[in-house]
Amino acid sequence: MHEMALAEEVLQIVQDAARREGFRRVRALWLEIGQLSSVEPEAMRFCFEAVARDSIAAGARLEIVAAAGAAWCDECSESVALAALGDACPRCGGYRLRVTGGTLMRVRQLEAE
Amino acid sequence: MCSTCGCGSGELGVEEGTHAHAHRHADGTVHAHDPEGGLVHVHAHGQAHDANSLEHEAGPAHAHAPGLSPARMLRIEQDILAKNDSYAAGNRSSLSERGIFALNLVSSPGAGKTALLVKTIRSLGDRSLICVIEGDQQTSHDAERIRATDVRAVQINTGRGCHLDAHMVGHAIAQLDPPHHGILMIENVGNLVCPAAFDLGEAHKVVVLSVTEGEDKPLKYPDMFRRASLMLLNKIDLLPHLEFDLERCIAYARRTNPGLAIICVSAQTGEGIPEWLAWLEQAADSARAARNETAAPQHCGPAESGLLPERSLAE
Repeated sequence: MHEMALAEEVLQIVQDAARREGFRRVRALWLEIGQLSSVEPEAMRFCFEAVARDSIAAGARLEIVAAAGAAWCDECSESVALAALGDACPRCGGYRLRVTGGTLMRVRQLEAE
Repeated sequence: MCSTCGCGSGELGVEEGTHAHAHRHADGTVHAHDPEGGLVHVHAHGQAHDANSLEHEAGPAHAHAPGLSPARMLRIEQDILAKNDSYAAGNRSSLSERGIFALNLVSSPGAGKTALLVKTIRSLGDRSLICVIEGDQQTSHDAERIRATDVRAVQINTGRGCHLDAHMVGHAIAQLDPPHHGILMIENVGNLVCPAAFDLGEAHKVVVLSVTEGEDKPLKYPDMFRRASLMLLNKIDLLPHLEFDLERCIAYARRTNPGLAIICVSAQTGEGIPEWLAWLEQAADSARAARNETAAPQHCGPAESGLLPERSLAE
C-alpha cells in the first residue's frame, strides 16, 4: 500500500510535467529511491504499472536507481555506509547513528514524446 | 557512463553541465545528446519498443524520417513527496503563526491512540485549548469518542487511503479553526508504514507502541521510529501478564533513533500520564521559544531538533 500511494504521487508529477511541457506520452521514467526510504523497488514497479494504466505513462519503462544509505556515527565521528535502518555502525558496531543519506525518493527525468 | 541519463551502467547519474555525444545501447537503441541539455533518441523501428510504444501519432513532434522516432529527455528532479511537503510547509507556517502546537500521533491499529488521547484530555486542566483531527479509513467513531470529552474533533475518512496527507489535514485545520496558542492532536490512520513518509506540518511525531505488540516493532518499522520524537509505550499496566521484554524494546527503539524520548504509560490506570503531560508542556514551550527567536517556520525533526531532553522511564 505504501508504494501505491507513492506511485500515485509519481504519476501526478509526470502529469504535471506533461501539462507544463506539452508532451503526450512517456516512454521511460527514472526514479531514484534511497536505500533507507522504506520503498521496495519491485513493489514500486508493480504499483506504478497499475496506477499508470490508461494514463500518458501507460507501459512506460521504469528505471529505478538506488541511492546508498549513509549515516553519521557519533562514536566514530565519521560518516559511514548504512544498508538498512536499525543496522549497526559498520566501524564500531554501535547504534549512535544519524541518517544522513539514502532517504530520498525522486523523479529524476523522463523520456517523453 | 552517460552523465545525462545515466545509461550504460544501469545507474542514473544526472549531473550539471551539458555535452554532445551519441552512443549505442546494448538493445540497439542509439542516444544522441545535444549540447543544450536536451536529449534526442533515435530508435530503429521494430526494436527496443513493444507494439504499444510504436503507436505513433501524427503531429509536429513526429515529423520524422522513416525509421526514426523523435523523443526528448526531460529533467524533472522532483521529490516524490514534494507536493505533500509543500502542503505540510503551509500547514506548519499557518499553525506557527497562530502559536498552535501540533502533534502527529502514529501507531499500528489497536495500540490505544484514541484511548490515550481521551485520557490525556481528561487529565488536562484547561480543555478549551485542545482540539483533535482523527484519521481513519471509515467511520467517525474515534471523533465521537473525543467529542464525548467536550473537545472539538474533526474526522477525516481516507477511504482506501492508508495515511493522512498534508492536504487533507490542511482542510481539517481550516474546518476546525483551532484556538490560538492551543494544542492540535492529529491521530493518524493506524499504520506504522505509510504515515512515516507523509509530513502533515506537525511539530513532532509521537509513536504509540503497546506492550501487547512485539517488542521488536521498532526494528520491523524503523522509519517510523526514526522520525518520531517521543515513543509512548502504552498498556504498561498489562506488563505483568505478558512476555514482553521492556528493556529490549527500548534498546531496539533507540537503535533506530538514539535521541528518542520514551515514556511508559497506561491509558487505563493513568500511569505515566503526568510525565507525558510534562513532555507535552515542555515541547510546546520549546516550540514557542524557537518561534519567538526566529520568524521562520520551525520543523523539528528528531535528527535536527536537539530541542527535547531525553526523558527517562516513568518508573
